[in-house]
Amino acid sequence: MTDVPWLLLMIAVPAVGAAVVAGLPAAREALARPLALAVSLLVLLLAVLATVAFDTGGDRFQLTTAVAWIPDFGVDFALGVDGIALSMLLLIGVLVPVVVGASWHETPPPRPGRGPRSMRAFWAWLLLLESLMVGVFAATDVFLFYVFFEAMLVPMYFLIGSFGGENRQYAAVKFFLYSLLGGLVMLASVIGLYVVSNSQLGEGTFAFDALRQLEIDPGVQKLLFLGFFVAFAIKAPLVPFHTWLPDAGTQAPIGASVLLVGVLDKVGTFGFLRYCLPLFPDAARDLAPWVLVLAVVGVLYAALVAIGQDDMKRLVSYTSIAHFGFIALGIFAFTTEAATGAVLYMVNHGIATGLLFVVVGMVIARSGSRRISDHGGLAARAPLLAGVFLLAGLASLALPGTNSFVSEFLVLIGSFPERPVHTVLATLGIVLAALYVLLMYQRVMHGPARGVLAEPDAEPDAGAAPEPADPPHGGGGATAVLAAPAPARTRRVPDLSRREVAVVSPLVALILLLGVYPQPLIDLVTPAVEATISDVGADPGGNTPQVGVTPIEEDD
Amino acid sequence: MPASVPVDGLLSVAWLVIALPLAGAALLLLGGRRTDRWGHLLATGTVVAAFVLAVASTLQLSGRPGHAASIDLFTFIRTGGLDVSAGLLIDPLSAVFMLLITGVGALIHVYSIGYMAHDSGRRRFFAYLNLFVAAMLLLVLGNSYVALYVGWEGVGLASYLLIAFWYTRPAAATAAKKAFLMNRIGDVGLALAIFLMFAQLGTTSYAGVFGEVGLLAGGTVTAIGLLLLLGACGKSGQFPLQAWLPDAMEGPTPVSALIHAATMVTAGVYLIARSAPVYDETPTARTVVLAVGAVTLLIGAIVGCAYDDIKKVLAYSTVSQIGYMFLAVGLGPVGYAAGIAHLLTHGFFKAGLFLGAGSVMHAMDDQVDMRRFGGLAKRLPVTFVTFGLGYLALIGFPFLSGYWTKDAIIEAALDRGGWSGWVLGGVAVLGAGLTAFYMTRLMLMTFFGKARWTPGVHPHESPPSMTAPMVVLAVGSVAAGFLLVQVFPLAEWLEPVFGEPAEAAHVVAPAVVGIVVTAVMTVGVLAAWLFVGRREVPTTAPVRVSPVVTAARRALYADTVNEALVMRPGIWLTRALVWLDNRGVDGVVNGAAAALGGSSSRLGRAQTGFVRSYALGMLGGAVLVAGALVAVTTA
Repeated sequence: MTDVPWLLLMIAVPAVGAAVVAGLPAAREALARPLALAVSLLVLLLAVLATVAFDTGGDRFQLTTAVAWIPDFGVDFALGVDGIALSMLLLIGVLVPVVVGASWHETPPPRPGRGPRSMRAFWAWLLLLESLMVGVFAATDVFLFYVFFEAMLVPMYFLIGSFGGENRQYAAVKFFLYSLLGGLVMLASVIGLYVVSNSQLGEGTFAFDALRQLEIDPGVQKLLFLGFFVAFAIKAPLVPFHTWLPDAGTQAPIGASVLLVGVLDKVGTFGFLRYCLPLFPDAARDLAPWVLVLAVVGVLYAALVAIGQDDMKRLVSYTSIAHFGFIALGIFAFTTEAATGAVLYMVNHGIATGLLFVVVGMVIARSGSRRISDHGGLAARAPLLAGVFLLAGLASLALPGTNSFVSEFLVLIGSFPERPVHTVLATLGIVLAALYVLLMYQRVMHGPARGVLAEPDAEPDAGAAPEPADPPHGGGGATAVLAAPAPARTRRVPDLSRREVAVVSPLVALILLLGVYPQPLIDLVTPAVEATISDVGADPGGNTPQVGVTPIEEDD
Repeated sequence: MPASVPVDGLLSVAWLVIALPLAGAALLLLGGRRTDRWGHLLATGTVVAAFVLAVASTLQLSGRPGHAASIDLFTFIRTGGLDVSAGLLIDPLSAVFMLLITGVGALIHVYSIGYMAHDSGRRRFFAYLNLFVAAMLLLVLGNSYVALYVGWEGVGLASYLLIAFWYTRPAAATAAKKAFLMNRIGDVGLALAIFLMFAQLGTTSYAGVFGEVGLLAGGTVTAIGLLLLLGACGKSGQFPLQAWLPDAMEGPTPVSALIHAATMVTAGVYLIARSAPVYDETPTARTVVLAVGAVTLLIGAIVGCAYDDIKKVLAYSTVSQIGYMFLAVGLGPVGYAAGIAHLLTHGFFKAGLFLGAGSVMHAMDDQVDMRRFGGLAKRLPVTFVTFGLGYLALIGFPFLSGYWTKDAIIEAALDRGGWSGWVLGGVAVLGAGLTAFYMTRLMLMTFFGKARWTPGVHPHESPPSMTAPMVVLAVGSVAAGFLLVQVFPLAEWLEPVFGEPAEAAHVVAPAVVGIVVTAVMTVGVLAAWLFVGRREVPTTAPVRVSPVVTAARRALYADTVNEALVMRPGIWLTRALVWLDNRGVDGVVNGAAAALGGSSSRLGRAQTGFVRSYALGMLGGAVLVAGALVAVTTA
């Protein structure tokens, strides 16, 4: 089974799916949605099969495929994954079908003067995005990585700019400007790497394994490191490169928000691990203290700003910035425990924050408002929705028993021996996390019914409610404007529909499963983490305290 | 530490003690309305079954060498130098807690069947209660600090859910959030202690940490001890993190009895007693534990004198009594067993008192203001008698439970010798007098005197499902102290954990201590009778009172201080940062963007134009790359 080109299939299947969906005749438009679901489920199946084919004790890069692409410049279409990349592919495989389900009733925003856009475009962009996301994690050629990295922006740009909220174009442009800037700086470094490889090896190459062997002058390393670092620090936004995310995360339709924060941003932290550390170990060690300061500032600053938000999607976006601070801390502490925690964090954050975005979207679909202050007492109307909302929140504050606890605990306990001061400060973030989650939960779910939800039901049914219908869905899209709708309308507040239960169930199950039994995932990523830690010149064996090693008494 | 004798028999399935209530919680939460009719019975059944299993395991334990069994279940987290297994440690200390949690837990489940009979959220209530029991059992049965931490935050969640059970009331929702947050502040301490242990010793298991803690530098051990204490203060409502516990009375009364009196809030005492090998190495940290205990026992007792809300008086009483327990375990080896003994007897009589208070509230249409009680002794005879026995046990009436276990703590404090012994012993005796005062005041205002009921209230005795657990706990309130001190000495049972208690040279003869404490208690009772019992109780609290009473009524300004020092500056900081982020950081970026590509609003409108410029950028980039590559390859 190992000679099946799994990774190529995972890129090709959604790409072909995107083309088919885009090419559907208008009369067959209704097919776009089920097609997207089928394709995304097929990719999930491929990801699972690829994981089965992967040997955790084997080579660093497996499932490799390489085709010469631009031979003149040594560019190969080279794919391969280590445990870290594979875990991200699994995350993509799980999240995209969930996103498809969550976006099932997504409607395009109205366009003045013209009819609304066709939803075919939405589903096609979504599938193309999936294809490119797989590519960015699977590339083992730096130039190929760069191409996927930049190309990924295009579908996301259109998802936000065409299908987002009331301020979508501003948000999309801002997202693009930031990413463009980061991409250009990285491009300079990519070329720099080629130049160095050309002078050292006699012929230029972009192959990761070859570049890793280079002995680069420390000064040059720092410059090249910074090129990659800035691009990645914008992508997985570290304060102060973060201000595009709250706008993009808020304005994007819910499905795009999930993929943006859940997967796209992880390209940044993935890039730290795959490129910044192994290719420029001296620079990484020299600059780590600065990165760690950004990480810890991000943990505290973004959490405090999140506490002050009234817009739920904006709040969740800021919590993600705080979480990226934890991930950066775990990566730049240079210990196996902390970096393993960081990789788990990347997966777990995608699941937990993905779920939080999805349920926030479900709340917004019911109330028509993103503002916390327009809500209140929702738990009494929709207990199941409240329960899932709370679980997603608890996972976000890393409560033990949820998946996020394992990763946050590993990041902190692994960083502490190397960086005690940073770790102590970051640990204070767990109090702030409790505050932003519980404040939002209390204001939206607890207390007496408030805001739009206080209006009487249109049909006060006596207990024997039939299976709740799907609520009117606006996602983060056009109908969810910041102003509460006119109070004259009456509103039913149904609990989760069957579709919604199906959407949240996989994520709920994964949160609990990975919270109680995370070891299989840890085993999958640890070898790759150890290799990365070795690359940067640290001891991959982990924390070795001196106390236990010294013999207590000599016997002779 | 635990012997390597293989674990067999019931002990090998001891994990079921945790798994049964957990499964109950999961079934009730996932089963939805289908389980409405019988869910509460299932929940009660799982806890009763857990209790039976706990008794059987404890009996089997006493036949094992070292009286301990360590059971590794599966690998939880292993990477690098970290290896955390999910495992249980059943030894005399955890066995005692296991019995307390499942025993009192089962009684309170039974009581709740009656108490919550007409609540529409009954199923949810029993699910949360089961979840609590499971998490609390994990807390005490785990064999590592990580397992303890998982249970520790798990009980915090259950406590949050149950305080906020009637979540449509804003006070309940706010109290729940406050409890969770103040607990999390403590949790930071516990987490950092675990990080420090791992950094210094490479392990988080009890066996590993206790085996090598003696090799650490003194300052490190003190740091670990103080960080653990911070965690303990959060969970146990000790100074300076005590303000959440009285607010937690917003939860249903069975919750106050089980979680906020008998079990969860004593977890801090468990943590310190469990960490005895750590505290044995650090007199400094022990002294701080002593100070926290002494200060808190006074704060709780003083505030308890001033409140009119029956549950809040009991809550401050709990704060104060846990202060006694902290004082005891802070004394070190002479005090560990005394602290745990008081924890157990307190578990009986305070749970009984809360259930009694719940019975009174049940009779009075959920009234909690004691100024609207009075003369209930005749109307609620069972409640009166069981509550009265709990009252006598708490104030230390001779030969009832509290008498044995509180006196032991006071004796141990005095035996410390020197000025500190006298101060601590004095504080403890004074606290006993205050306890007698506020509890007598509560008794008089509730059960004696004229009826001051709100019009339309018709008090009636509670159903048997509620009174039966009260009777059982009342029996425990009477007998537990005698049994644990005289008949089956707890100190001997705990010897494998804490070592043989050193025979202390008594500074004051125990008989003298007994007489003095009883005399002080009598003074407290008489004072309460003089101030409250002899006069008519006004139905509204008097406004013109001394500054001392005002201070006590405002809980010695704990909330005021928290607000002034933490909340207000926090809100201000948050607002300032939000402003900064919108105007400052983002403003600079927007300004730069505007300078580069025209005004941001124009950018917003000119979407297609922007894409064109991006394409141009890509083209430019590609040309740049191509040029560079050509330059390099031809060079």
